[in-house]
Amino acid sequence: MKARVHITLKPAVLDPQGKAIAHALSGLGFDGVKDVRQGKYIEIELAPGDPKQAEARVRSMCERLLANPIVETYTIEMSA
Amino acid sequence: MKSAVIVFPGSNRERDAAAALAAFGAPPALVWHRDHELPRSDLILIPGGFSYGDYLRTGAIAAHSPIMASVKHAADRGVLVLGICNGFQILTESGLLPGVLLRNASLKFVCRDVHLKVETSSSPFTRAYNAGQVLTVPIAHGDGNYFADEATLKRLQDEDRIAFRYCSPHEGGSGNPNGSIADIAGILNERRNVLGLMPHPENAVDPMLGSTDGRGLFQSLVEALAA
Repeated sequence: MKARVHITLKPAVLDPQGKAIAHALSGLGFDGVKDVRQGKYIEIELAPGDPKQAEARVRSMCERLLANPIVETYTIEMSA
Repeated sequence: MKSAVIVFPGSNRERDAAAALAAFGAPPALVWHRDHELPRSDLILIPGGFSYGDYLRTGAIAAHSPIMASVKHAADRGVLVLGICNGFQILTESGLLPGVLLRNASLKFVCRDVHLKVETSSSPFTRAYNAGQVLTVPIAHGDGNYFADEATLKRLQDEDRIAFRYCSPHEGGSGNPNGSIADIAGILNERRNVLGLMPHPENAVDPMLGSTDGRGLFQSLVEALAA
């Protein structure tokens, strides 16, 4: 079983890396880039088991380590 | 004063911290992060560096090291805990201090002297300073941009828990090197026995290093622990 976790800064938190990327993109001539937000993507291989329980565990991983809930939000996708 | 300095893989200022403590008569025990028990200490210092290569988020992995459970217990008992630079990041990630340290607004690693205003002398870490005093102390970090939500910030202000702010020696200048909210450079916990700060007072204790303005912090600790 696999969990795919996306972690992004909350909308209210300034993302200087995203801003720098947006700048670089317009420098390359890509018009119409309104905003860029950079985040993290984490893949976790899990032992086979109950998908509901597995998702709850991944949620707990996010809360305790993978994301900092003060400034970040996360989404979890589970697949077989 | 009995002190301990915690060493993580990637710590790099532990010797500077140890030398500063030794100069004030408290040569510390160096404690490896995998240890579970701390030697009896009046002060625990978490030094600067790049614990775990700053993987995931600065301080995030170190905050879950075995030794940190003992550091939390000690803090709960009132033992003084001082986190400098990466040590500050580890203290916020472990929940001993509120808020978080984000990437510098400039995206650049900044390594230079800054001006710091002592905001409160009412703590065991700052009692030898006068509130309002301006210090010259070096910084060396890429993630020192302090952030906390409005309610937290208001509490820090109302409870006189902002220990140091970046300032400019010139009228109207900003002096904020990293985009920190409210120019915050260092904060205290509610009980005032835990301090985290981004600048390096341990590197400003000898005239050879260009400034001795960091001495007040170590002098404060000596006085507080003798009192």
